[in-house]
Amino acid sequence: MPERIRVLVAKPGLDGHDRGAKIIARAFRDAGFEVIYTGLRQTPEQVVTAALQEDVDVVGLSVLSGAHMTLCPRIMELMKKEKLDDVLVIVGGIIPDKDIATLKQLGVHEVFQPGASTEDIIAYVKENVAKR
Amino acid sequence: MAFTTISGVPVSEVYTADSVADLDYAHDLGDPGHPPYTRGIHENMYRGKLWTMRQFSGFGTAEETNQRYRYLLEHGQTGLSVAFHLPTLMGYDSDHPMSAGEVGKCGVAIESLADMEALFAGIPLDKISTSMTTNAPATILWSMYLVVAEKQGVSWDKLRGTIQNDILKEYIAEKTYIFPPRPSMKLIVDTFEFGVQHVPQWNVISVSGYHIREAGSTALQELAFTLYDGIEYVEWARRAGLDVDAFAPRLSFFFNAHNDFFEEIAKYRAARNVWYKVMTQRFHCRNPKSAVLRFHTQTAGCALTAQQPYNNVVRVALQAMAAVMGGTQSLHTNALDESLALPTEHAARLALRTQQIIAHETGVVNTPDPLGGSYFVERLTLDMEKGCWDYFDRLDAMGGMVAAIEQSFPQREIQEASYRYQKAVERKEKIVVGVNDFVLEEESSIDILSIDESVAERQIARTQKVRESRDNAACRKAMETLRSAALAGNINMMPPILDCVRSYATLGEICDTLRGVYGTYEEPAF
Repeated sequence: MPERIRVLVAKPGLDGHDRGAKIIARAFRDAGFEVIYTGLRQTPEQVVTAALQEDVDVVGLSVLSGAHMTLCPRIMELMKKEKLDDVLVIVGGIIPDKDIATLKQLGVHEVFQPGASTEDIIAYVKENVAKR
Repeated sequence: MAFTTISGVPVSEVYTADSVADLDYAHDLGDPGHPPYTRGIHENMYRGKLWTMRQFSGFGTAEETNQRYRYLLEHGQTGLSVAFHLPTLMGYDSDHPMSAGEVGKCGVAIESLADMEALFAGIPLDKISTSMTTNAPATILWSMYLVVAEKQGVSWDKLRGTIQNDILKEYIAEKTYIFPPRPSMKLIVDTFEFGVQHVPQWNVISVSGYHIREAGSTALQELAFTLYDGIEYVEWARRAGLDVDAFAPRLSFFFNAHNDFFEEIAKYRAARNVWYKVMTQRFHCRNPKSAVLRFHTQTAGCALTAQQPYNNVVRVALQAMAAVMGGTQSLHTNALDESLALPTEHAARLALRTQQIIAHETGVVNTPDPLGGSYFVERLTLDMEKGCWDYFDRLDAMGGMVAAIEQSFPQREIQEASYRYQKAVERKEKIVVGVNDFVLEEESSIDILSIDESVAERQIARTQKVRESRDNAACRKAMETLRSAALAGNINMMPPILDCVRSYATLGEICDTLRGVYGTYEEPAF
């Protein structure tokens, strides 16, 4: 397990709803993680470039606009291309149940739906980064 | 155990006459329909006219949304409210790379006059009032609506409706901005001037607290930042030489209806009182209508839960009740499935029925301000008012709202409140039924609306057809005139934008032209 877990919190696409992204970024910081927040309106390419340059252990994607089935697959594809296979990828936002299995098949490790607690997400990250 | 409102304001065990010893009826309340309008803006309130039942709606292409509008009107809805998809709100056409995956998802895809014509096909614009959630591209979308009216043969003085047109809360909370603050404020002042001259019954702005609250603010922050945004718009318009009494009667507001029943009612009552004092004492208005705050309400999307979604029907009914008892002029009630997706037809109808039950079955419409005189509600209202003046002093000291946004002040205040609330929920100091208590192990799933990718294909094909079939020379000429006007900086932008729209220039093309002159906005680092 790395000494300090490094997390990229990213907002891909046009969605500006950043309440959840900012809450989780702050909760990660309070939990002792190093957090890099991309800011809004990132293309999948920008997200993956940031993950590569920042050498992160975790990528957290926040999407509330319904575009997750376009944006997340593209990000997973680019991450594979960049050989970022050891990075833990989690997704949060308005993600219907029916999409979760598809996202996991593409390599997303976990999906956190509305109502998820920051403590549960932090616990998940600690446990799964340790395993990698 | 501490008893607090959902915003964290301490609540006493009991309120008595002593709790409101400082209340002065004439100064703080007044009768309904009389200054300072705390008790409502009409003497007989809903006896004269019910609030407008206006469900915010839009998805897929213009045709699909047109069907939904007709459905809602058939079932007794009394006004329209257009939800545009994110590419439209961000000034991109559907074939722009940034639009990938977003087409028709959060709202309806509108990018040229052809789309707007299809959206209102068979809906006579002189018979219905329409609200449009247009912020950064408000001038363009309003122009499209005005040209559709022209084509229907409806003169602009007959049109009623509202453009949201509130960019300040975009920088603060919702984040669908395009241009930097200064050119954005100029465009807004242009709509004020144009509306007064040509579309006299139109509300040229809906100054919105809804999104500030959804971003996690307290009730007081929602109220104070929204009213101060209102002050900022009046200041900028006045500085541009507009007569306050000409445009102020066309300003409207938009608030959230969250879960804390009495705190929300106090918020609406204080809103009217504070705005009356702002307009009369700060801006010295002479027209009595300039000081009357009219508002729309939407129940809190952020209070809906994905868990046990039918519980949302109950939440929405209680929130809507607060809005009505607070004297709203129009109302959107959320559908039970909106924490999962855009609403299905059935869920949208149930949301509308909720308003109809409040209006026709509960009796709360019989008399204005039914909670006036409640020691508790009056105390909350006075405290809410005082909290506004305190925030106004701080914002004045920073040099106004644009300056405060540049210093990230409202953004930081909201983030703090949002994080505090999240932690309170996780410590179970605040209970959210079905989420942190009364949880079901096995949730049954409900049917939700999904928007497939064929919408994007159809939309892109239509826009390409528009670009091929229009008179491209005329379109280019209109865009050149637009660019010159933007560069000149002292010309009202509405007439050149109307000409671009008439020539079937797309929203993305018009925004590209304006981006070329005005630049774009990036928010301060987090």
